[in-house]
Amino acid sequence: MSEATNELGNTSKTGLKKVRRIPPELSILLVLIGIALIFEVMGWYVVGDSFLANKQRLSIIVLQVAVTGIIAVGVTQVIITGGVDLSSGSMVGFIAMVVASFAQTSLNARAVFLQPEYAQFGLSWFIDSSPLWPILVGILLGAFLGYLNGLVIAKTGIPPFIATLGMMVSARGLAKWYTEGQPVALLNENFTWLGQSFNLWGFPVPRTVIVFFIVAIICHVALSYTRYGKFTYAIGANPQAARVSGIDIGKHLIKVYAVAGLLSGLAGVMLAARAQSGQPNMGISFELDAIAAAVIGGASLTGGVGRITGTVIGTIILGVVTSGFTFLKVGAYYQEIVKGAIIVAAVVIDVYRQRKKSRA
Amino acid sequence: MARSQVISPQTMQAVRNSGAVAQSEYLLEVKDVRKEFPGVVALDNVELRLRRGTVHALMGENGAGKSTLMKILAGIYTPDSGIFRLRGQEIRLKNPLDALENGIAMIHQELNLMAPMTVSENIWIGREPSGRFGLIDHAEMNRRTEALFERLGIEIDPEIRVGKLSVANRQMVEIAKAVSFDSDVLIMDEPTSALTDKEVSHLFRIIRSLKADGKGIIYITHKMNELFEIADEVSVFRDGKYIATHNSVDVTRDDIIRMMVGREITQMFPKEAATIGDIVLSVRDLTLNGIFKDVSFDLRAGEVLGFAGLVGSGRSNVAETIFGVTPANAGTIELFGKQVVVSSPSVAMRHGMAFLTEDRKETGCFLLLDIQENAQMAVLQQRYVRFGFVQQEKLRKEADEMANRLRVRTPDMAEPIINLSGGNQQKVLICRWLMTNPRILILDEPTRGIDVGAKAEIHRLISQLAGQGVAIIMISSEMPEVLGMSDRVVVLHEGRVTGILDRAEADQVKIMELASR
Ligand SMILES: Nc1ncnc2c1ncn2[C@@H]1O[C@H](COP(=O)(O)OP(=O)(O)OP(=O)(O)O)[C@@H](O)[C@H]1O
Ligand SMILES: [Mg+2]
Repeated sequence: MSEATNELGNTSKTGLKKVRRIPPELSILLVLIGIALIFEVMGWYVVGDSFLANKQRLSIIVLQVAVTGIIAVGVTQVIITGGVDLSSGSMVGFIAMVVASFAQTSLNARAVFLQPEYAQFGLSWFIDSSPLWPILVGILLGAFLGYLNGLVIAKTGIPPFIATLGMMVSARGLAKWYTEGQPVALLNENFTWLGQSFNLWGFPVPRTVIVFFIVAIICHVALSYTRYGKFTYAIGANPQAARVSGIDIGKHLIKVYAVAGLLSGLAGVMLAARAQSGQPNMGISFELDAIAAAVIGGASLTGGVGRITGTVIGTIILGVVTSGFTFLKVGAYYQEIVKGAIIVAAVVIDVYRQRKKSRA
Repeated sequence: MARSQVISPQTMQAVRNSGAVAQSEYLLEVKDVRKEFPGVVALDNVELRLRRGTVHALMGENGAGKSTLMKILAGIYTPDSGIFRLRGQEIRLKNPLDALENGIAMIHQELNLMAPMTVSENIWIGREPSGRFGLIDHAEMNRRTEALFERLGIEIDPEIRVGKLSVANRQMVEIAKAVSFDSDVLIMDEPTSALTDKEVSHLFRIIRSLKADGKGIIYITHKMNELFEIADEVSVFRDGKYIATHNSVDVTRDDIIRMMVGREITQMFPKEAATIGDIVLSVRDLTLNGIFKDVSFDLRAGEVLGFAGLVGSGRSNVAETIFGVTPANAGTIELFGKQVVVSSPSVAMRHGMAFLTEDRKETGCFLLLDIQENAQMAVLQQRYVRFGFVQQEKLRKEADEMANRLRVRTPDMAEPIINLSGGNQQKVLICRWLMTNPRILILDEPTRGIDVGAKAEIHRLISQLAGQGVAIIMISSEMPEVLGMSDRVVVLHEGRVTGILDRAEADQVKIMELASR
C-alpha cells in the first residue's frame, strides 16, 4: 500500500506491514492427512494391507458420509448464525418416507398411494411417474419444515436448540405415523438410479457424493460472495450490531433455517434413493454427525465463525475414521467410543492452535 | 467462576512488605519494552516511570501502543522483551491474576462487565464472600458493594442487572471494581470516554483520594483538558515509540500535540456555515415509557443539531428510538414531510438515516470479522449488490479510501477488527455509516476514544457533510465539541427536553443550567 496522505498532512505508516494469512482450513486438512496416514501405517502393521490404495474403499469413505455431509453444509450455516439445528436427522427420516411413497412402482401391490386412505386423494397418479416428483416433494417439504423452524425462532425468540428439538421429536413421530411404522419399498428404478455409482476413470463414483460436492460448492459461494452470506456471519458475530446495521434478523434467520431444511430434504431424497426404500428410523443421530462435522471443520457454536470448506473436510474426517476402524476390524462398539474421543480431540487441536495464534 | 482467582490477603500483605524493604524512587518502572504483533510493531523499546501518589498521563495517537503497554502491565499480553520493576524489584507477570496479586489493577478501554449479572456479582466475581456450606453469601456481597459505593460516592443499586445500566454507569461500576482490589498501581485506559462532565469530576475526586493514599495511577486519555486537571506527569508515545516525559505544568496543549503527531493541529471544531434547508426530520411528542416523554424537535438539511444532557437524561435513548432500535410507545416521526412508523433500523435506513451507536463493543463492531466486512455491513442494504452477489472490488476501493481519510492505522483491511486499537475501531464504524451516504446522520459520541488529529478530521467531515445538505444529530458528552459543532443544541433532563438553544445563545453555563434543572 502506498503512503496514504490526506489534507491533514502525512499519515505515518511506520511499523506496519501486510501479513500473509494462512487459510484456517489448513490445520484441519493436516489433521485429516494425519489421521489417514495413521490408518495407513496401522493397516500395514495390523492387517498387512494398504488403507488408502484401494479404489473401492476411497469411494466408500465419502459415500457413507455424503448424506450427513449434505446436512452438515446446512447446519454449518445455522451454526454460523449462532444457532443449531437438531431436527435434521428426523427430517431425513420423515422425508425419506414421503419421498419413497412418491417413487413407488405398481409392482408393489401394497404401495402407499394404492392404499384406500391415500388413493381417495388421487395420489395413485404418482405411482410409476417421473422421478422428478419425489425429488421435488422431498426438497420442498424439507424447506417447509426448515421454514417452520425459522419462523418459530424468529417470531417467539425461543432458543434454536429448543425449537429444533421440538421439530426433531415431531418429525420422527411423523415418520412413524406416515405408514404406521411400515417401510416403504420397491421404488422406481429411474429414481433409485440417483443413489447408485457410475464409473469415472475406473473409480466407482456414487452420485450422492457428486450431489454433496455440488451443494457444498454452491453454499460456499453463497456464504463467501453474496449478501446472504455476509448477513449470516454478521448475525452470528454480533446480533445487536447486525440489527443496528439494518439487517432484519428474523427474516434472515428464516431463510437460513429454510436452507438447512431444504438440504435435510435433499439428504432424505438421496438416502431413500440409495437404500431403495424409506424407513421410519432412517437418519437417527445424523444431526449429531452433521454438527460434529461442522465443528471439526472449525465452525464455532457461539456463532460468527465457520466455513463450508472446513465442514467438507470435517465430514471426510468422520468418513475416514469410520472406514479406518472397519478396515482394522475394530468392533462397532469400540468404534463409537473412540469416534467420540476423536471428535473432541480434533476440536481441541483446532482451539489450541487458534489460542496460540491470538496470544502471540 | 474458578475459586483459584481469590487473592489471599496474606499474599497482598507479603507483597507490600517486600516493597517496603526495597524502597525505590519509583513505584513502577518499565524499560526497553518491545511487543510485536503479526505485521505491527506495537511497542518499540518504550519506557515509563510511575511515582507513588501521582497520576501519570499517557498520551498518543490511536494505535500508538498505549493500551498494549497497559495490557502487558496487567499480565494480559507477554512482551517480547523488556525490564519491569515494581517497588524496586524486578518482576515478570505471567497472567492477569499474577498482576492483581502484585498490586496492579486495570480499567479497560472497552467495558468488560457481564450484562445478565448484577452489579455486585460483577464486582466480586471470583472473590465472592462465602457463607455456610461454602455457598456464596449474597447479602454480604451486597453489603460490601454498598460500602465500596459509599466510600466512592457512587449511587447505583448493587442488585440491579448491569445490562440495565447506561454506558456511563457501567463505566462507574468498572471504576469501582478496579478500586476494590486496593491495588498500588491503578491503570485507567480512557475511563472518561463515555462520561459527562459530572461523572468526570466525580472520578477525579476518587482519583485524588487514591493519590492521597499513596497509589500510583496511569491515566490514558485523548482529552487535553483532563491532562492538565488531573495529571502530575505526562509521557507521550508515537507509533509505538517513546517520545518524552514531562511534568504536566511544564508543557502546553500544543507541545503535547506536537509530540504526539509530529505536526501542528489547529482549529479543533471548525463547523463552517452551511445553508440550512428544509425540515427533514420532525419529531413530535415522542415517548418511550419510563425513559423519555414528549420529546419534540425539528431537524433541517445542512444543520448540526447537538444533543446535550447529563447521563440518564435519555439522549441516546431518543436517538435509538428515532432509528427504530427501540420503537416509540407514543408520538410521531415525520421524515421528509411524510409520517413514518420507524419500527426497526432497516426501516430507518430505507429513509436515508444512519446511526453510529455509543457502545462500539456491544452494538457496533463485529469483533470476529475483518475490517473490510465491518466497514461494508450497512451499505450492503442498499448498494454494491447485484443479483445477491457482493461487488467486492468496488467496495474494497471505497472502504480503503474512507479508511485512509480517517487515518485507520492497520497493515491491511483483511485484519480482524479486534486487533485494532479502540480509536481505530471507532473510525471503522464511522466509515461504515458514511459509506451509506445518509441524508440524516445520527452520531452518538462520534469521537469517543479518537485522538486529536483524527478528531479534527472527523469534525471537518461532519462540517463538510452538513455543507452537502446532510442533516446531523450529534450527541456528545464533551461540551466544547457540542458548542463548537452545533447550529442548535437540544438540552435534555431526565427524559424531557428542557430547552433548545441557538448557536449564538448557547454556552456552557446555559446548557448546564438546563441540563440539571
Ligand atoms: N491483538 C493484537 N493483534 C494484532 N495487532 C494488535 C493487537 N493489539 C493491538 N494491535 C496493534 O498494535 C497497535 C497499538 O495498539 P494499542 O491498542 O496499544 O493502541 P492505543 O495507543 O491504545 O490506541 P487507542 O488510542 O486507539 O486506544 C495498533 O496498531 C494495533 O492495531
Ligand atoms: Mg487504547
